Amino acid sequence: MIKAILIFNNHGKPRLIRFYQYFAEDMQQQIIRETFHLVSKRDDNVCNFLEGGSLIGGSDYKLIYRHYATLYFVFCVDSSESELGILDLIQVFVETLDKCFENVCELDLIFHMDKVHYILQEVVMGGMVLETNMNEIVAQVEVQNRMEKSEVSLFLDR
Amino acid sequence: MALKIVKGSIDRMFDKNLQDLVRGIRNHKEDEAKYISTCIDEIKQELKQDNIAVKANAVCKLTYLQMLGYDVSWAAFNIVEVMSSSKFTYKRIGYLAASQCFHESTDVIMLTTNQIRKDLSSPNQYDTGVALTGLSCFVTPDLARDLANDIMTLMSHTKPYIRKKAVLIMYKVFLKYPESLRPAFPRLKEKLEDPDPGVQSAAVNVICELARRNPKNYLSLAPLFFKLMTSSTNNWVLIKIIKLFGALTPLEPRLGKKLIEPLTNLIHSTSAMSLLYECVNTVIAVLISLSSGMPNHSASIQLCVQKLRILIEDSDQNLKYLGLLAMSKILKTHPKSVQSHKDLILQCLDDKDESIRLRALDLLYGMVSKKNLMEIVKKLMLHVDKAEGTTYRDELLTKIIDICSQSNYQYITNFEWYISILVELTRLEGTRHGHLIASQMLDVAIRVRAIRVFAVAQMATLLDNAHLLTGNMQRMGICEVLYAAAWICGEFSEHLENPMQTLEAMLRPKVATLPGHIQAVYVQNAAKLFATVLKNQEGNTDSTAAQETSQLMIDRLPLFVQSANLEVQERASCILQLVKYIQKLQQKDVEVAEEVCALFAGELNPVAPKAQKKVPVPEGLDLDAWINEPPSESESEDEQPKAIFAKEEPKHSRPRHTEVDEKELARRREARKQEQANNPFYIKASPSSQKAYQEAPGVEHIPVVQIDLSVPLKVPGLPMSDQYVKLEEERRQKERADKKKKEKKKRKEKRSGRGRKHDSGPESEEDITPAHMVDIVTEEMPENALPSDDDDKDPNDPHKALDIDLDKPLADSEKLPVRAHRAAEAPKSPAEDGEAENAASQEPKKKSSKEKREKKKDKDRDRKKSKEEKKKKKHKHEEKGEDLLGGQADEPVVQSEETNEVAALPTSTSAEVSDLDFWLSNAPVPSNTQEAATVAEAAPVPEAASGTAPDSEPEEPKDTEMEETKSSKHKKKKQKKEKEEKEKKKKKKHHHHHHHSDGGGEESVQNGTVEEEEPLPPMSNYCLLAENSYIKMMMEDADEVYDIQGNLQDGSQVVVSVIFENKCDSFLKSMEFNVLDSLNSKLQRPEGSGPHDGLTVPFQLPPGVSNEARFVFTVQSIVMPQKLKGTLTFIVKNEDSSTHEKLDFKLHFTCTSYLITTPCYSDAFAKLLESGDLKCSSVRLEGVIMPFHHLLARICFHHHFSVVERIDSCASMYSRSIQGHHVCLLVKTSGQTVSIDAKCDEPTLLGNVLDEIKQTFSQC
Repeated sequence: MIKAILIFNNHGKPRLIRFYQYFAEDMQQQIIRETFHLVSKRDDNVCNFLEGGSLIGGSDYKLIYRHYATLYFVFCVDSSESELGILDLIQVFVETLDKCFENVCELDLIFHMDKVHYILQEVVMGGMVLETNMNEIVAQVEVQNRMEKSEVSLFLDR
Repeated sequence: MALKIVKGSIDRMFDKNLQDLVRGIRNHKEDEAKYISTCIDEIKQELKQDNIAVKANAVCKLTYLQMLGYDVSWAAFNIVEVMSSSKFTYKRIGYLAASQCFHESTDVIMLTTNQIRKDLSSPNQYDTGVALTGLSCFVTPDLARDLANDIMTLMSHTKPYIRKKAVLIMYKVFLKYPESLRPAFPRLKEKLEDPDPGVQSAAVNVICELARRNPKNYLSLAPLFFKLMTSSTNNWVLIKIIKLFGALTPLEPRLGKKLIEPLTNLIHSTSAMSLLYECVNTVIAVLISLSSGMPNHSASIQLCVQKLRILIEDSDQNLKYLGLLAMSKILKTHPKSVQSHKDLILQCLDDKDESIRLRALDLLYGMVSKKNLMEIVKKLMLHVDKAEGTTYRDELLTKIIDICSQSNYQYITNFEWYISILVELTRLEGTRHGHLIASQMLDVAIRVRAIRVFAVAQMATLLDNAHLLTGNMQRMGICEVLYAAAWICGEFSEHLENPMQTLEAMLRPKVATLPGHIQAVYVQNAAKLFATVLKNQEGNTDSTAAQETSQLMIDRLPLFVQSANLEVQERASCILQLVKYIQKLQQKDVEVAEEVCALFAGELNPVAPKAQKKVPVPEGLDLDAWINEPPSESESEDEQPKAIFAKEEPKHSRPRHTEVDEKELARRREARKQEQANNPFYIKASPSSQKAYQEAPGVEHIPVVQIDLSVPLKVPGLPMSDQYVKLEEERRQKERADKKKKEKKKRKEKRSGRGRKHDSGPESEEDITPAHMVDIVTEEMPENALPSDDDDKDPNDPHKALDIDLDKPLADSEKLPVRAHRAAEAPKSPAEDGEAENAASQEPKKKSSKEKREKKKDKDRDRKKSKEEKKKKKHKHEEKGEDLLGGQADEPVVQSEETNEVAALPTSTSAEVSDLDFWLSNAPVPSNTQEAATVAEAAPVPEAASGTAPDSEPEEPKDTEMEETKSSKHKKKKQKKEKEEKEKKKKKKHHHHHHHSDGGGEESVQNGTVEEEEPLPPMSNYCLLAENSYIKMMMEDADEVYDIQGNLQDGSQVVVSVIFENKCDSFLKSMEFNVLDSLNSKLQRPEGSGPHDGLTVPFQLPPGVSNEARFVFTVQSIVMPQKLKGTLTFIVKNEDSSTHEKLDFKLHFTCTSYLITTPCYSDAFAKLLESGDLKCSSVRLEGVIMPFHHLLARICFHHHFSVVERIDSCASMYSRSIQGHHVCLLVKTSGQTVSIDAKCDEPTLLGNVLDEIKQTFSQC
């Protein structure tokens, strides 16, 4: 199970948070801070796995993250997930973002948090991996965006 | 362009959209909070408007603010409003917000049930999708209960997009509403074979997640997963399945045996590191589970270790990390194979990456032995020095202690060394683990008697130099050590060289700066020391010295009496008064030492950590009963008139406080004393004094090592432990030399045994004896402690509720709740009524069966219900499949009861278990044979079924014969299995006498879950291949057939299992198996070997042993039966001679053997028949005198068909060949004539299959 997905920048500012188990808002912020603290002090050339965060899920819990330019993508998972598999999944997710936003950068995530959520919803659902095929994800996202657009134009017509 | 206009106009409409909000926040960096609070005010205004677009925009902004940490739960109702918008755009916004901030205690969730249900059944799949996604995040037990049925329906939605989401969300539903697991499971299982890979992967995901928590319930799915594993190419699915197998294999070692080969193949073939890694992991799990039973899989271990070494040496830090992680798993069972890589692991300790260093540390934990402990710890100590000031250093410290103390100090041969390591560790700056070191010191000092002298000396030095430890505030953590030091010096003060000096050190004014609990220990132990000092001084008849000591106490203690800490104060004032009194006595020249010592007499033994829990509750003691009457609420109203109180009393029915007389009290007191005497937690008033303990037998025999006084007993300064390492090495050398000498002597005279005993440890380390007898005092447990292992289970684990037996047939009560109007009862259809009556008339009435029939009727009703739904939703086959399973599972139970009068109800688990057993025992391709297995069990029923006598047939003896001729190996397996079964169900003692006839088994046959009274061993497909005086070969009739997808264009592979049994008294080796290839069929040989080379059988056979080997054949055309000639050559080896022998045989591949049992739903079957592509043929069998269901069972088992549908004496059956030919049968019976109409797209194949069927029945 994936317990949480956090995206924050090099300064620890959250860009997307998605918890698959409930935490109150202040706890969520604390988890983000702790995670940022753990992740940010690591060099880029060390491994992408991290144990020792204490906040989510007790002992059966691992942080798997990737660092892209100004953003950290952190997945908190338990032992039922394959470490390398999750790393691949992060890559798929980021590539999907890249496709949907055309050269994604931090600003896209800042201003379109909702869209990023919608994309993520096609990748992970309720803490479990839903789809790993990028083309399939992009296709579903696009269909939904088209639906949204058609609704907007309907709205204008009225 | 048009789009821009649209966007612009939308922007204008709203005061501020999400982008504006974000921009605004970024522009107000200084007063962000203030800006956001004005924004929230705006949002509140927007939410008050009626326009749903405005509301949605506001909710979208709230979602953003939620991410920044603002609580937005106050808008929950507005979120629900937006969710219920008919527009997808807004609905999506609403569900997103809900998924971010709703949780179980959000009360408006109650309002959403109907909205969500509406969305779930929306014609627009994306509405459904959005609802499912949202629901997955905030599903509550109520929602789960109310929506479970709707979601289950969605699992068979036409769109894979919805199916996969519905499948995934089921896991959340199960967690919240465990009752839904059993009704939904059959369909979930079906989804494992969904044509869409996404849905399949989702189903695998869910089942893996379920199985991880309660693996034993999912063991019966192993064959299915095995098939998926060998057929799937999706790495995600593979990884999940392989991980799942890792969880299953500890429960079933035979599964592991089966897995090793495909896994090693994957390891060799895959290029995906993630998959490789998981394979290695599971192979390790398999090896762990096999380590007890199997001889050796050293090749597999070597492969794993070698692959892991490659990972660890990789420059990719991730692989390095994972390599170490997996290595630590191997370590647990095969430490030797890892220990050879010690160099590599020590190297990883220097890695710049902390994660990797930590992993390496974990590994070291398991790699230590008596031999290398000191060396490894020395290395670690170096790292401790290097890693100044990080948390990593604390980690090192705990690891050092863990490593040394593991399994009861198993690897420590020299405790002086260990104590000095501990003392060295106290030099660490700012560690948080002072208490850890302290507890180690205490533990060692208490439990290793022989070390006490040394430990006390060291502790005294520590106390002397306490100022070094408490010198600066940073060291506060470490001062915990002083707690231990003070206690050890006090408790074992008789070993102190200079107790007076220590006493003085403990009473220094500086002590008052220590934390309270440490001061308290100081004070208490100062008193103990005082007692010892007194004793020594009085012995010297120097009364002034003794009085001076008392004076010292009286001078120093007032400082502690003033302490703010209650504990310190209390102890200090008690002891102060005591000493004052002693001083008075001393002044009168009274000898007091004896009495003072008695204050602290007796030994404190260590108590096991779980001891408290294990104290059994004495009989008759009710811990929940009130000891005294609970304070009554009316107590304050005592003035109330008595009458009223008396009236009320019976209402409350409080136990009245009974008057206890003196006698009773005395009796209780006595009982309590008795109990205390037996209770280890009460310090007994035993007469034994410390003196007595010193003279305890055995103690003086402990060889106390002379402390080398050249070693300075100083805390600061040079690390002493190194010197102990040196000493220890010298000692070991000397010992080795001694031993050699002794061994020389031994030749002349038998060694009388060495005086020293090893505490434990592997034999290989025999040559290292502990420096002194390590008399590790075991921890005390209460007498008659209850052995229990359930200590570690967390009662709050949500997955506990999901520990549900999934193989049991569904009960009526287990239907998912359906909304009321759907549950309306439908009239019974005549056909089904007839069926029910039929069943009733066939069986004599029994009291016990009545209920059952009732149940059955219910079932029928249910079936009708589901049929109705079916019509509505056009998900015919799934519904039916599910229902059939329920119905079918019940029917055989009824039958067995009635025909056999067996009280015990067999549960379908037995069938499942034996299916699994069957699969595990021989078939490599699961799902095909699983069904065959159930039928196999059904087949030999007639002869045994006491009720239906006419069934016994000539064919039956043949079966038993077959079994008898089976190899001993299989017999063994069978026995074992039977034993297991017996253990599982003690009730089933009647095993061999009562078999139930499988009368209603038509559906059972179809679904492969026959209710089977007796766990018959799988009826074997093995037939004798060839035999001579040396060896017997039995071939399985090639039913284990599978096609290899994509590899060969239209070739297929057939696997033949051959059992070799050694019948002679000699050793058989170098067996070579060779077959003369025909044009059509070829034996697969390893690459590089010629077409006529034999295959080496991968084992040798000691006398009387049998083993099984598999051979793979490639077959071009499958429409004709095949015969292949072959030869087995082998060497018979006696003690003095060896001869070459050979044995000729003929392999017979029937057409049947190319068929795979494939389940088929009736609608698909009908379509197939209608398609008109199939050629027709038919055959008539005369004089068949077996019941129809036996006939079907026989066809199913011997010819790999499955029953599609059965109506009375007519049944349709289906099978598929390995090359995809469909074979359909319509079997009818009337009297003794059976007619089979068959259709197939390949007439030749059909003809041959029919011939073979005919032959089967002509034999009986």
